[in-house]
Amino acid sequence: MRDLSMHVLDIAQNSVKAQAGLITITLARDADDWLTLTVRDDGCGMTPEFAAKVTDPFTTTRTTRKVGLGIPLLKENAERTGGMVVIRSAPGRGTVLTATFNLRHIDCPPMGRMCDTLLTLVVMNPDKPDFLFEASRPGREASFDTRAVREALGEVPMNTPDVTDWMRQAIEEEFKPILEVS
Amino acid sequence: MKSIAELEAIRQKTLERVSYRKDADNDIRVVVGMATCGIAAGARPVMLTFMDEIRKRNLQNVTVSQTGCIGMCRLEPMVDVIVPGKEKVTYVNLNPDMVPRIVTEHIVNGNPVMEYTIGAAEKK
Repeated sequence: MRDLSMHVLDIAQNSVKAQAGLITITLARDADDWLTLTVRDDGCGMTPEFAAKVTDPFTTTRTTRKVGLGIPLLKENAERTGGMVVIRSAPGRGTVLTATFNLRHIDCPPMGRMCDTLLTLVVMNPDKPDFLFEASRPGREASFDTRAVREALGEVPMNTPDVTDWMRQAIEEEFKPILEVS
Repeated sequence: MKSIAELEAIRQKTLERVSYRKDADNDIRVVVGMATCGIAAGARPVMLTFMDEIRKRNLQNVTVSQTGCIGMCRLEPMVDVIVPGKEKVTYVNLNPDMVPRIVTEHIVNGNPVMEYTIGAAEKK
């Protein structure tokens, strides 16, 4: 993965596959330039046995192949900066994945186009789940909640081009000043 | 902050033309591979460029959706274009610069861009 925004897109897909109703993605950057990424879902969750081995590249829920690289790649990149990945999960109760990155570390991947990732998640999953995006840095925070958008739209789908364009502008307005500056 | 009220206007506008959008079964489908392999290879800008082009041209009968890994990771980013009644066309090794041509020639005019397809890639 070339940048952090691609990890977020990839990891959130795990929550989509877990049949989540709501996925909360939080990106919090502190004064020391540590970034904490949290992906929280209310999907099917994992047994302790499965959760213990998801960082192994030879673990996957897929039946077509025996490899799953999303979490292992995230873990590798986080640990290269001195951070880590922690996963808490219980069957029927959902999953919380937390990854920390030292943004000042020479091996830390760039942030990438995080707004594109957030938009892509919504557009590619127009019916379910809902997403709550939150981002913060010292003195500034932002959020975007697709439940409010869905309510305003009624029967109009979320991936209607005009709606997508509106969401792109809204997401960029909110998050660019926090996430896509150095 | 963009206001939720703007969505109401978009909603009205969309509903007014929903009459001829009723049978989504006849939509042209653009399916983007969005597993770990596709994302790492650059599927996101490809997908967003498809959305952009579709909006610019105001194409009402095209839907963009995602799929997982189909096992040919080395050919990602991959996109299937499925025109109802026609055979599925699989494009491989895409980048955003290639997308406008696929939209113009294939989706609008019905002529697949053969040189970008999996058939052409496998002959190399």
